[in-house]
Formats: sequence, structure tokens, C-alpha cells
Amino acid sequence: MAVLVFVESADGKIRKTCLEAVAYAHTMGGPVIAIALGTVDQIELEALGKYGAGKVLHTSDERLNQPLAKAYAAVLSKAMEDENTDYLVLANSSLGIPVAAQVSVRLKASLATNVVELPDTGSGFVVKRSIYTGKAFSRVELKNPRKVIAIKKNAAELKEVGDKVTVTNYPAILSDADFNAKITSTEKATGEVLLPEAEIVVSGGRGMKGPENWGMLEELARTLHAATGCSKPVSDMGWRPHHEHVGQTGVKVAPQLYIAVGISGAIQHLAGVNSSKYIVVINKDPDAPFFKAADYGIVGDAFDVIPKLTAAIKAAK
Amino acid sequence: MKILVCITHVPDTTSKINFVENNTKFDSTGVQYIIGPYDDYALARAVELKEAQGASVTVLNVGLAETEPTLRKALAIGADDAVRVNSEPTDSFFVATQIAEQAKGFDLVLMGRESIDFNGGVVHSMVGEILGLPSFSPVMKLEIEGSNVKMAREIEGGKEYLESSLPLIAGCQEPIAEWKIPNMRGIMSARTKPLKVVEPKIIEQPTHIQKFELPSPKGTVKMISADHVEELVMLLKTEAKVL
Repeated sequence: MAVLVFVESADGKIRKTCLEAVAYAHTMGGPVIAIALGTVDQIELEALGKYGAGKVLHTSDERLNQPLAKAYAAVLSKAMEDENTDYLVLANSSLGIPVAAQVSVRLKASLATNVVELPDTGSGFVVKRSIYTGKAFSRVELKNPRKVIAIKKNAAELKEVGDKVTVTNYPAILSDADFNAKITSTEKATGEVLLPEAEIVVSGGRGMKGPENWGMLEELARTLHAATGCSKPVSDMGWRPHHEHVGQTGVKVAPQLYIAVGISGAIQHLAGVNSSKYIVVINKDPDAPFFKAADYGIVGDAFDVIPKLTAAIKAAK
Repeated sequence: MKILVCITHVPDTTSKINFVENNTKFDSTGVQYIIGPYDDYALARAVELKEAQGASVTVLNVGLAETEPTLRKALAIGADDAVRVNSEPTDSFFVATQIAEQAKGFDLVLMGRESIDFNGGVVHSMVGEILGLPSFSPVMKLEIEGSNVKMAREIEGGKEYLESSLPLIAGCQEPIAEWKIPNMRGIMSARTKPLKVVEPKIIEQPTHIQKFELPSPKGTVKMISADHVEELVMLLKTEAKVL
């Protein structure tokens, strides 16, 4: 079963969750064909071979530097037909999800997003999805011959299994109708670790008392090479930008380590962090509900604990 | 302008999740149902547009009769009429097909970025593709000037600003609008607003949920003294192996 994998890039670099998508497809068993759209560094594309891609297609059409789901879905649908693949694997991202949905309608494919594990092909083709915002899972049979799978972070383990591959130019036939919107500008945090992809997240809540106190959390985050997040009240009050809000209606994270400082742990916040591997909670209230969901806890004042923790991590390096 | 708002009828965000019938069915015992939080933002934006520039707002749900109180709540918030497609929402493409059937003639179709039960996040994009209309999600800002639509979409670590034109479909999220709470007048008038029930278009569903599972329970938390944070660093290094 040949698998097509859509790899997204940001500033010419392939995103980590998309490398995981290549690894996921490789573990599925069939030959893996990766496809990248728009301007991407050649070295990055060749390196996809290391994670299991046997072939890499690149559509360098500059119009695709505007990441519009419709145009992307048009190219990927055509590529699935040209390469004769029944499977498309991509990342569960703000671009990947709409692209997956549109391809599935075009090709009458069964679709599953939020997939957390490799498919079970014992009887039928069954994937495990995260549902109820991380509070449960479902096992879903994908019944149509063609299948589109959008994977969550950590659905596959990244390991080097091969060597570099050569990149094949894949020309796309696109019409003006495929560009159904104009991206006028993009605002992006630069030079920082992206929250949805971070392996370590340091998050602050109301216990931080005000935006002026975020410096010590940022310092801790820098020391750990972590992204910073926050609770909903913090972003509602404008202390931090909305894209840092972790929770039920914000970003859902799945890092190796989540450190929560001054967050009581409302169920809506837990919904955004319950896919984390380890959770550390620092709160001055020993009865904060978040401790029940934590692996490690410290009862103490954030303004006392955070600088000490940062220093201890620096000392242990 | 005609606006269609699609809402889900979902367990309150504080609900305890359990399953019955050999893990094939959601246990609704004691569960409070609400308008999906993201759908609530979509509805609030539709009502704002209606108040600011004049529009009719129709609210739609794919669900069985038990979802009608949720539709009435949307009418109390400010929708003018409601449609219920009489079927359980068991598959994203099935739901998208039903919405596409009802969406003809609307200028703007709004819904939440995803439902908070199945978290698919794909219905808006599927509706767009079925109808051949532009679709965008997750939209956190939406302004309409004539037929031109200016939006901001949340992307990883930032925002993307884009422009398209009506008719279009948008999957919404905060802070597109402030949630609205129905007032007494709204609640009274909602009782007599039209609520139409239509039968679904029958299709072969491309997916089937075999069963549900709960995550394995979390072990107990290890407490560390605030005076010995270096112990935490050690545990993270040697036990959790995440540093």
C-alpha cells in the first residue's frame, strides 16, 4: 500500500509533525511518497528519505507559497491519482485539516483526523482517534478504498531508517479558481519554539498576577528550550496573545513535559494538556485540582519557585 | 443577507465522559447538553452581523428530537428560525452532506471550528468542497463589506489575514465575537419561532465507530518540597527522562 505524505514547511523548513507523518507512513508498511508544495529548502526535502520516504515530489510553483487549502487539496488529489496511492497521511494542523477534508470529498475517501496510533489492519482498517478533547478515544473503521489520515503529534516515533533521496519535480496544473482567497499578511512569533510542536511547554495562569511577571517564565522556557503557554483567563485579560491559550477552546498540546505555574487546573484547561507525557504543577494552593492530574507537584509561591527551578536546571546542565 | 449557523448539541465542557453498552454508546446519565462552545461563537457573530447590518439568521442542527431545546436556546440568543435534520450525527461526511443540502441560497454559513465531542474539525471544509464554495477555519475575526469578506485565521504560533468573497463557509473560534446570553424577551419569543424538521439524505457513510475507550488512569502525584527544587530536576532527568 503506497502512501502519499503531505509535508508542510515553514520558512523553507519541514515541520516536525510532518516528519512524524513520514515515519507513520513508513511504519504502515508500503512505499512512502512525500510531497511538498511551494518553496522549500532542497536539503530538507532530500533528508525526508532518512525518515522513510522512498520518493520525494516537489511542486515549486510560487503561487503555492500562499498556503491556501483549496489549491493544496487540488495538487494532492491529483498526485494521489497520478501516483496511484490509496492513502494520504498528513499532520493535524491548521492547514493539514482543511486540506484533508477537501481531498476526502474530492476523492470519496474515508477521513479520520486526530489520529493517535498506527492503524489496526487485522480486520478492516481501523484507526484510534482522540475525542472529547482528549478525554476519550474512538476506534473508527475507514470503509472506503481511499483513506485520508491526519495524525496528532507523537502518533509515530521519529527514527532514522534510510538515507537521502533525490527530489522529483512535480508540476501542478492549477487554475485561478483554485485560489479562492488572498492571504494579505501573516503575523507570526519568530525565533521561538512553536507551542503546538514544542517538546516542553511552560504555562502560566492567574497566579502569575500580571503580564509584567512573565519574564521569569520566559527565562525558564528559554533554559528548557520550551514554548510558553497560558490559561484562558490570562489570554482573555490580554496578558498573553490568544495563540498561547492552552485548553478546551485553545491550543491542545502534547509535549513530553508540561509545566503549569499558578494554574488551578479547571477541567477546560486539562482538556488541552491531557496528551502531555509528564505534567509538573507548581501552585501555592495545596488543594488546586491540577495536582490530581500531575506527575510531580510543588506547593509554593511561583515567584519563589520559578527562579530557583531555572537556576537548578542551569546547574544540572 | 442570509446566514446559516450550524450548531452541535454536545455535553457541557465539565462533563465526566463514560460509555455504556460494551463501550459503544456515550453515557448521557446526568450530562447537561449545551450549544458547542465554538458554535456559540459562530452564532454570536451571526447575531452581531444581523444587528449591525441586517440579516436573517437560520440555525441548523443534525440530531434527534432531544436536541430541540438546544435549538430553542439558539433562537432565544437571536436566530430567526431553526431547522433540525432528523438523524444522529455519526460521521463528518454524513453531517456535511446534510448541511450542504440545507445551505443552498445562503450567503454565509458559519459553524464552530470543531465539535467538542468528536473533534473532527472538518465539516465546514467538506461543506465548502461539496458546494464548490470557499471555506476557512479556524476563523477568529470576520468582517463583511458588501460581498468582500476579511478574515483572520489562527495558525500555529500566529495569525493569517485573508480576503475572500461571499458566499462562503467559516469554522469559527474565539475571539470572533462575545458569547451572548439569552434574555427573557428572547426566551419568550423563541417558543413561537419556526422550527422545521426535515428527514436526512441517506448516504453510505464512509466511516464507522466500532467502540470507545477511556485513557488509562493517572498514577499518584509525587510532591516535592519548594525548598528542594533540585530534586524535581533530578526526577525529570532520571525518572521521567524528559530533560
